[in-house]
Amino acid sequence: MAVTSRALAAAGLQAPGRRERLRRWWEQEHVFGYGLIVPALVLLTCLVAYPFGMAIYFSLSDYWVGSPGPFVGLANFREILGNDVFRQTVQNSFVFTLIALTLKTVLGVWLAVLLARDVRFKRLLRGAVLLPWVIPTALSTLGWWWMFDSLYSVVNWTAIRLGIMSAPGPNWLGQSSWAMAAVIVVNTWRGLPFFAITVLAGLMSIPREFYEAAEVDGASNRQRFWHVTLPLLKPVLAVVILFSTIFTFSDFNIVYVLTRGGPVNSTHLFATLAYQIGLQGGNLGQGAAISLFLFPMLAMVVFLQLRYIRKE
Amino acid sequence: MASATRARTRRWQAALTYANLTPFIFFALFPFYFMFVTSFKRNAELYSLKSIPFWIQSGVITDHYAFLFQRTEFLTWMKNSLIISVIATAVSLIIAILAGYSLARLRYRGVGSFGTAVFISYLVPPTLLFLPLSQVVSWLGLSDSIWSLVLTYPTFLVPFSTWLLMGYFRTVPREVEECALVDGATRMQTLFKIVLPMAVPGVVCAALFGFTLCWNEFIYALTFVSQSGNKTAVVGVTADLIRGDIYYWGSLMAGAVLASIPIVVIYVWFLDYYVSGLTAGAVKG
Repeated sequence: MAVTSRALAAAGLQAPGRRERLRRWWEQEHVFGYGLIVPALVLLTCLVAYPFGMAIYFSLSDYWVGSPGPFVGLANFREILGNDVFRQTVQNSFVFTLIALTLKTVLGVWLAVLLARDVRFKRLLRGAVLLPWVIPTALSTLGWWWMFDSLYSVVNWTAIRLGIMSAPGPNWLGQSSWAMAAVIVVNTWRGLPFFAITVLAGLMSIPREFYEAAEVDGASNRQRFWHVTLPLLKPVLAVVILFSTIFTFSDFNIVYVLTRGGPVNSTHLFATLAYQIGLQGGNLGQGAAISLFLFPMLAMVVFLQLRYIRKE
Repeated sequence: MASATRARTRRWQAALTYANLTPFIFFALFPFYFMFVTSFKRNAELYSLKSIPFWIQSGVITDHYAFLFQRTEFLTWMKNSLIISVIATAVSLIIAILAGYSLARLRYRGVGSFGTAVFISYLVPPTLLFLPLSQVVSWLGLSDSIWSLVLTYPTFLVPFSTWLLMGYFRTVPREVEECALVDGATRMQTLFKIVLPMAVPGVVCAALFGFTLCWNEFIYALTFVSQSGNKTAVVGVTADLIRGDIYYWGSLMAGAVLASIPIVVIYVWFLDYYVSGLTAGAVKG
């Protein structure tokens, strides 16, 4: 049957059948293009855009787990803005993001410059550097938790033996500023590879001639870094920093495992506070309102990224 | 004479580079070493202030590992993680191949804004969506099941893989495709028989990253599943091995080590893919 109809069609004896017309329709570039993008768009509409809309709806209503409540306007926002824990969280988030991001940028560029030099075991070194980024963060943070233990901290043990600290050393996760420091250290540890490896790729793309020219002009190592390397790295650095801003700002894993936001809320970030209030406390309305505070930062990053890419 | 001095300065510089690199490498690797060592220590040694924490003095034991297998649901957690990661990655990869090809190669109205939409979803952090998604999951009757994670992981896998694959599809020369079309291949055949084989490194890369992201995911797995037998390895170890004020540090570290092993194995085998995927995902974008 199929053979005969195909043979007929090939001989041009019959007007194209329904199947053939469907095939031709499907083969059009725009139809095929829409067809291929549909599954992804359906997924992103149902499971990203729609939940985002829901988050806004939750934040404007008195919504509890298991009991949808009435629309209350901005009451949730008013309430959390008047809440000391929330204000503390805002401050924590900015301190955390600013310090961790600065550390990651400075150390990342430094590490990338070192890795770009002609060293042996290049592949091995890169592999080692990237490891913290690949291992499940929640699990490696457990290791850090143990390293910051109040009694058996290996950090304190070493520092005391080296004479850097006086015994017993800080109770890392029990004192506010030390806990913040610990959370920042772990975030830096985990995010540094991303910076280093990406910046390294940026370094590799800088043409050698630029350095040779600078050398001919008698530029010192330091001058070459400031006047050749850094300006040429700007585009890569901008992308990496923007990218990392949003993921540092919205971090959950490290704080949740290491401190649960404590001691006395001194390390709570938006995500951990939203989890505590929205899920553990069951107040989905307020939880959603808190997590929506991540949105302005996201919007800013998206705006800058898009503008930047367009320019490219 | 001059060459001898130059050789000496070069050697001096190399030594300086290694000296600078050492603290970084130590910083990166020490936590893993320490977790590993801890998981083999006797409790008496772990909780003694007199012992040296850096190595094992009173003999290697495997009790902490035995505890995981005999007294916890560790193997079930590993199995759950494996099922979720494989299915979610495979489904996302198929969706992303189609979408990535469409966005990278085909011309139609709205292609630009679709690309932007995918890019924006790539940047949306899971912590912004976990509360409403927990409700979606419960409406669908999937709470407390591994399928809640199979359903939601594509929300971050698809944007990422699409974005990554777009870069690879763009490197396939257009002429190859046009030749295939002229020769009578359908568009679908052109995609799967001509373009895709040329973008295999990209597909491998997306699959590796997808699997890693699934395996490592924490907040959704913590939020959507509460019954121990349905947990993923990462959440099971993090949440179920800690009881009250007594810390089972030995078994906790043993669990963390074992649950990381699948990722470490893949990582060691495919290191170069990770490096290129990381840079492509962030920089090409």
